[in-house]
Amino acid sequence: MAADGAVAASARVEALGGAATMRRRWSLGWGAFVVHALLLLSVAVIAFPLYYAFVISTQTLQEVITRPPILRPSTNLLPNYVEAWTRSHMTRLLWNSGVVAVVSAVGKVTISMLSAFAIVYFNFRGKSLAFWLIFVTLMLPVEVRIMATYEVIGNLGWLDSYAGLTVPLMASATATFLFRQFYRTVPNELVEAAQLDGVGPLRFLWAFLLPLSWANIAALFVVLFIYGWNQYLWPLMITNTEAMRVVVIGLEDLIPRTGTHIPEWNVLMAAAMMALLPPVAVIVVMQRWFVKGLIETEK
Amino acid sequence: MKRAVFKNRRLPYLLVLPQLAVTLAFFFWPAFESLRLSFFRTSPFGDKRLFIGLDNFRKLVVDPEYYRSILNSFVFASGVTALALGTGLFVAALATQKVRGLAMYRAAVLWPYGIAPPVAGIIFLFIFHPSYGVLPYWLSFVTAYEFNWLLKGWVAMALVVVATAWTHVGYNIAFFLAGLLAIPASVLEAASVDGAGPVRRFRSIVFPLLSPITFYLLVVNMIFAFFGAFGVIHAVTQGGPSRATEIMVFKAYKDGFIGLNLGSSAAQSVVLMVVVIVLTALQFRFVEKRVTY
Repeated sequence: MAADGAVAASARVEALGGAATMRRRWSLGWGAFVVHALLLLSVAVIAFPLYYAFVISTQTLQEVITRPPILRPSTNLLPNYVEAWTRSHMTRLLWNSGVVAVVSAVGKVTISMLSAFAIVYFNFRGKSLAFWLIFVTLMLPVEVRIMATYEVIGNLGWLDSYAGLTVPLMASATATFLFRQFYRTVPNELVEAAQLDGVGPLRFLWAFLLPLSWANIAALFVVLFIYGWNQYLWPLMITNTEAMRVVVIGLEDLIPRTGTHIPEWNVLMAAAMMALLPPVAVIVVMQRWFVKGLIETEK
Repeated sequence: MKRAVFKNRRLPYLLVLPQLAVTLAFFFWPAFESLRLSFFRTSPFGDKRLFIGLDNFRKLVVDPEYYRSILNSFVFASGVTALALGTGLFVAALATQKVRGLAMYRAAVLWPYGIAPPVAGIIFLFIFHPSYGVLPYWLSFVTAYEFNWLLKGWVAMALVVVATAWTHVGYNIAFFLAGLLAIPASVLEAASVDGAGPVRRFRSIVFPLLSPITFYLLVVNMIFAFFGAFGVIHAVTQGGPSRATEIMVFKAYKDGFIGLNLGSSAAQSVVLMVVVIVLTALQFRFVEKRVTY
């Protein structure tokens, strides 16, 4: 591959005593061209499904079922989106998804911060047991305890409620680990100085640790928001009424099953765009935090 | 390092209380209940229970449909993992080839992670649609074979695998990029001075240095495909056609929620619990290793 020829050449220059400024030189010419071409191709392949979904969401029914398929946007965007919005009660669906995503993320961050704070800054009897109990939740995803969790929620009277949708999502071993790791990097001197000044633990958490943690909180929040928005099995189980449904589940009603329905894929795709836009926008806008959150939680 | 601590008798308990309450109520208690239910036969409405020992498990062991779901799970999980890891490594390796625009390319491939697997499934459902979809149309130029997922099990499997892998490839790219950028440029340059070509460099330097991350991602992708992908199956294929995409998690859900066979569903949950425990233990071996350096 020519790309590496160029890289090797610049490396050789450097090895022969080339200036340090040569180090970050970008390779040019054929090699770079091939790499860019392959990268653009990969981006195109990865982006195609979303592009196609968008294209379909702008077409009329007639255009959707035409052969050969039309791969460019058309003019029917507005009617499709309006139809999707009204038919699936989109306002309610998006509101519910938003509540689940925000409340579960905020709740997770809060209770994880508190428990990590207790584990790092206190010695107490049963500390290792508490840590162990939190850790083991990693091994108990919803899917392995479905029937029994449903029972618990039922007994609490939390079916079809926001409490049922959000509270059980709030325990997070990964978030607790992240804060624990972070608190451990905070220099001891800070705690000692605070103690000398008579600062109590809660005030220390609020006035010292919290301001230092914003980057971690933002990163974690992005990841947890997406996790909450995209929950499926959990809301599927514990909500039965249309008013409590989240958007990822609400889409299903619009799928035209073969034979029985008019193939209104354009309306379905319009609804799908609405369901995926918020989390995708969060990733795009907060990309830096998102990558940090992903890599540091290692969930 | 010894840490400075605060002295307070009650406060630490109050601080861990919310986390522990949620954990005990919604994780431990249900897991324990699942375990207990798996030894009982329960009437569909839960009013009568009969202890039957290991009978639920015994029935699973002789149930060909259960074996089918195990096989499906492995086909599904390996398919998703191979596709998402392979593509992820390919794109990440390209993007770190000292070309301009790394950040831009990363932004351009990361976003599918925000798409819920069931939503991705719905998009691919149309792409694979036997009469209107673009994929069967393109393939019809190459072969007369009919790619109809409603009739052919493997096409349905391919559909859910591709849709699931699509949502996860950005995650893998993010990790591979972090790993690749951490490899010191001087090592690679030294190797090329010694005449190692690109393939050789990748095989003898990059890949071994990347192997802890690859292993970690392998496990995470498997866990994701085993458990996180329930929504794709439920929204798109419902396990069909004729159980070709019925993975273990979906069967446990179906037998419990729809079939109301609570004992069998609980026994299946217990088997799944063993699967996660093994996978998580593997994952932590990696994390421990990383912590040491």
